[in-house]
Amino acid sequence: MMDLGKHAVFIWASYGAVALVIGGLIAWLLVDGARHRRSLDELEARGVRRRSAG
Amino acid sequence: MAQVSITQRLANPTRFLGFSYYLMMGIAGLSAVVLTYGMYLAFFVAPVDYQQGHTVKIMFVHVPAAWLAMMGYAIVALSSFGFLVFRHPLADVSAKAAVPIGAAFTLLALVTGSLWGKPMWGTYWVWDARLTSVLILFFMYLGLMALRGAIDDDSLASKLTAVLAIVGVVILPFIKISVEGLSIPWLGIEIPSWNTLHQPSSVLRTDGPKIHSSILIPLLINALGFTLLFLAMHLKAMRNEILRRRVKSMRIAAVERAAHRGDGVAAE
Repeated sequence: MMDLGKHAVFIWASYGAVALVIGGLIAWLLVDGARHRRSLDELEARGVRRRSAG
Repeated sequence: MAQVSITQRLANPTRFLGFSYYLMMGIAGLSAVVLTYGMYLAFFVAPVDYQQGHTVKIMFVHVPAAWLAMMGYAIVALSSFGFLVFRHPLADVSAKAAVPIGAAFTLLALVTGSLWGKPMWGTYWVWDARLTSVLILFFMYLGLMALRGAIDDDSLASKLTAVLAIVGVVILPFIKISVEGLSIPWLGIEIPSWNTLHQPSSVLRTDGPKIHSSILIPLLINALGFTLLFLAMHLKAMRNEILRRRVKSMRIAAVERAAHRGDGVAAE
């Protein structure tokens, strides 16, 4: 493992926090988008249309 | 026939869903390449700082996170202004989508700042003007999410959240001034800097950056990579919000149609 000196734990913790928060955010965005897309497909399959779509 | 500007045409939600996918994928791909290169520079090329040692590597994530925390709020405030003035729903979508992303970067600025502070200042936290004002920014983001979530009427929630976002924008100059103060002699403005452990800006200065290029270049490349990532995530969050509104609108239409049918059956 790379030698980052006596404060290595603070450096790894910082990069770990970035990976965790950004990774979590990306995962949430992907799951949220897939959930809405699935709901939209189900509604369209049932023949439901938006009011603005006529 | 009425003239329609290019911005108005692109601001149509259906058209936005069409072109934003390719834009988002392009920006996301570019951010992956730039960040990979930025991390390579940060860990394998950038020298060890003569005072801070290896902990200078925390700067490559802390500084971009702090910049994006403020950029995120600027996007929220500008979009909110656009929504209140022009009443365009896509501006409200943009404001809502930027909030959780800005909050995430603010949290990262606080966490990485604390982790940098402990070995450099001897403490994780100090209640000075810079750290406290960034903590307030984080609470502002949480407040915007809480306010929107607390109101069932989407239209009312959008308007109230937009007003709060614009009022809250006062925190941005406060964060900047908190360390460096502000001096505009010809306007008679002289705001002294607060007593703080936080160093003044080393990059965004009127007299030019104070960091050696061997550290400045990796920092700017990482900042660019994280900014592209922010924009890609913002586009994705906007697309999700448009889909969420469509689903809601279709569910309401389905319920109304069912109710209408029920009325017809009852009348017969």
